Amino acid sequence: MSRAGTIARRTFLIGSAAVAGGVAFGVFAAQRPFPNPNLDDLPKGSASFNPWVIIDSDKVTLIATHADKGQGVFSAQAALIAEELDIELDQVEVSFGVPDRAYYNIAATDAMAGYPLYDNSPTAERVRGFLGGIVKLALPMMATGGSSAMPDVYDKLRHAGACARETLKLAASQQSGVPIEQLKTARGAVILPDGTELPYTKLAGLAAQIEPVTRAKLRDPKEWRLVGKPMERVDIVQKSTGTMTYGIDFRTDGMKYAAIKVNPRQGGAMNSYDASAAQAMPGVDKILEITGGVAVVADNTWRAIQASEAITFDWGPAPYPAEQETHWKVLSDSFTEDSLNAEARVVGDVEAAEGEVVTGEYRSPYIAHAPLEPLNATILVTETRVDIWTGHQIQQFVEQIVAEITGIDQDNVHLHNMFMGGSFGHRLEFDFIRQAAEIANQMRGTPIQMTYSREEDFAHDFPRHITMGRGVAKVKDGKVTSMDVQIAGQSVMRSQMGRMGMSLPGPDAQLHEGAWDAPMFNLPNLRVRSYITQALAPVSSWRAVGAGPNVFIYETLLDEAIHAAGADPLQERIRLMGHDVSVKVLEAVGELSSWNGPKVGENRGRGVAYGFSFGVPVATVVEVVMTGNGIKIDKAWMAADVGKVIDPVNLENLAEGGIVFGLGHAINCEITYSDGMAQQTNYHAHEAMRLYQCPEIQFRALENGEKIRGFGEPPIPPSAPALGNAIFAATGQRIREMPFNKHIDFV
Amino acid sequence: MKLTVNGTEHDVDVEADMPLLWILRDELNITGPKYGCGVAQCGACTVHVDGMAVRSCQLPASNIEEGAEITTIEGLGQPGSLHAVQEAWVEHQVAQCGYCQSGQIMQAAMLLDFDPDPSDEKIDAVMSGNLCRCGTYVRIRAAVKSAAAKLNEA
Repeated sequence: MSRAGTIARRTFLIGSAAVAGGVAFGVFAAQRPFPNPNLDDLPKGSASFNPWVIIDSDKVTLIATHADKGQGVFSAQAALIAEELDIELDQVEVSFGVPDRAYYNIAATDAMAGYPLYDNSPTAERVRGFLGGIVKLALPMMATGGSSAMPDVYDKLRHAGACARETLKLAASQQSGVPIEQLKTARGAVILPDGTELPYTKLAGLAAQIEPVTRAKLRDPKEWRLVGKPMERVDIVQKSTGTMTYGIDFRTDGMKYAAIKVNPRQGGAMNSYDASAAQAMPGVDKILEITGGVAVVADNTWRAIQASEAITFDWGPAPYPAEQETHWKVLSDSFTEDSLNAEARVVGDVEAAEGEVVTGEYRSPYIAHAPLEPLNATILVTETRVDIWTGHQIQQFVEQIVAEITGIDQDNVHLHNMFMGGSFGHRLEFDFIRQAAEIANQMRGTPIQMTYSREEDFAHDFPRHITMGRGVAKVKDGKVTSMDVQIAGQSVMRSQMGRMGMSLPGPDAQLHEGAWDAPMFNLPNLRVRSYITQALAPVSSWRAVGAGPNVFIYETLLDEAIHAAGADPLQERIRLMGHDVSVKVLEAVGELSSWNGPKVGENRGRGVAYGFSFGVPVATVVEVVMTGNGIKIDKAWMAADVGKVIDPVNLENLAEGGIVFGLGHAINCEITYSDGMAQQTNYHAHEAMRLYQCPEIQFRALENGEKIRGFGEPPIPPSAPALGNAIFAATGQRIREMPFNKHIDFV
Repeated sequence: MKLTVNGTEHDVDVEADMPLLWILRDELNITGPKYGCGVAQCGACTVHVDGMAVRSCQLPASNIEEGAEITTIEGLGQPGSLHAVQEAWVEHQVAQCGYCQSGQIMQAAMLLDFDPDPSDEKIDAVMSGNLCRCGTYVRIRAAVKSAAAKLNEA
């Protein structure tokens, strides 16, 4: 929000401190200058000591601003505050709060500093601090993405809880005359030495008049009551009773429902349309033009969709090659000096290295995000104010974009962030926001809920980028001695940021993420080069982004090399690794699976793969059996090191779900373009995994890493290569292209 | 037409081809059943019609029989008075995004109505029409078994 002017100087000073001091000054000093947005409309008698805690006479509200797409971060944020505030989760309300720069993500840029996330050296940390300082000055943005929520909030939410607790103790001390050192806190109350309990809610009025405490010491993790132990997610009962209100379930008086049809050739023009038949259909209120297409406003979503399908269109051509084959040809032709994105890693000399040569070419297709809740947004535009009800991962940008479309001052544009029925990256995009805003702006005074039909959702997804890899490995004396990995793809970040009106200077690190930073320190010769193609179909961050395709390429080539060397796939990976935290992860998955080599019986095989993404080393073992009708995925094991576990149950759920997500898409999902349009229109053609295909899964979490890390994305990358490697072990067939069902059947 | 949902009778005036899902969601504001695909591929819209699990996106108004009892997730159990299947779903912390879970729970409830002690194969077969994009299948299997045990104890 634009409240910058008055605090610009302080911001700069703190920003400089962050730049100069890096971690030494810590997150708290860097966080302090932004005013607390809760104070803007705070009723008398209520208190808000910092942006994350509001206490009034009847309830305590914890603000959990990170978007929840299912990963459980809503509950985890509340737990971090509650831990230090000494209150239980069943005593509080939890809210997404209001979008504000006070909640900007301090960890979002850590991965962009040019240092692998396993590198915590003073130099790397200084550069991260510097980058964070610049971003804070230029663009203090809330964002949930890049598995950065936990690194962002782990310290600052506990600190917010501790500061609120200390402020309440000050108030209690003033009220009771008891010295603060003699006060205790528990279950949402300050406790006097005689056992009298003063509930926080009764202290709110007095506490509101006290200058809030801004520094407090964090408790030793050994003292934690909640964090690190199994918790009941605060949203779990609603999500088990149909009472959770997702964006699509929002209802308000006078609301109309809208559906759209936009050129299925992404970004193409609408030359003409004929809506005469649609106009006469039941319940249809209005048919409006929006950018690239038409919206139908009706009294019911189904009627709006039915009418939209009765409109005939003349669509313009796609602004990218119309046929899929051409997309692959573009990639294939881009392994050239001119197209070099980065020579991201050079160790030793892969050209000079001696040994038997192993080569491979690998393909990873476009894949749709296809969250089960189709994209939707409800917007009410009046002459002075706009309200938006939707789920989004970059909240302030939503407000900015809607302000631009409506001409209403951004301070008067209010996003009410909602729970999401999945995202996988699609809710980092803004088309659905723009479309809903264009409709609502033409119907001022009427709340409009625009919902994509599933077919529209598939047609207008911005899928995972296609990637091609070429590798040359060398093996000698039973060991892998050299890996030369080349990766070609289009730039996800340029495509995505371009739609936000931003440019990306320099190389796109996502094109080599997961390959350049694989910490195999004992591999004497390694070269990772990435190549960037012209823009093809518009693409976006898909859960794990570049690491998904790149780990598939790296770990499949490595597996081929290990096979050629005659070494054990797990032992050779452990030998090559040299990175202690990762070695322990590999050893753990070996122990968990009772690893005893890739052949485990007739027609039965195991594959292992390792992936390093978003700072988390993950190792996965998959066991398959070749049946008469195809491959059955029988079992899977995963070990991962997230530094610190917030909730072991939720973490296990993310591991299991991540394996299912990674395997399911590897088996049978791709988006292909023909005549400029995505050929897959619904789940029948892009199914991923169903329950009957789900393997038994065991997971072990480790906590040896130096920093806490997020786990939304890291389970994904090693899943696909572990499966491919298992299929090779069981059948001798090496599959180098996803989806695997193009090459082998699954049961 | 008259429609009985969760024991309450409603008067609705809709086209013959409007699917039950949209009558529930947009005419009656009963939003527990979800729209996911519109073509019976995902099962998020699953409700019970006279005790049978039905994909409500595929049941047009004209095919709903007079006097049919429709039960949605809201009618199965509420916070504070959970159905055994919902209790098991909470205990196993099944949901991630949770969007498919209304349908999963309604499907599981019908499975246990017909087979109080389903085999692993039966669970896999009956529950595979319900897609979960977050991949919570391991926990769904476990929760179905827990719910079966609860119901058999009761």
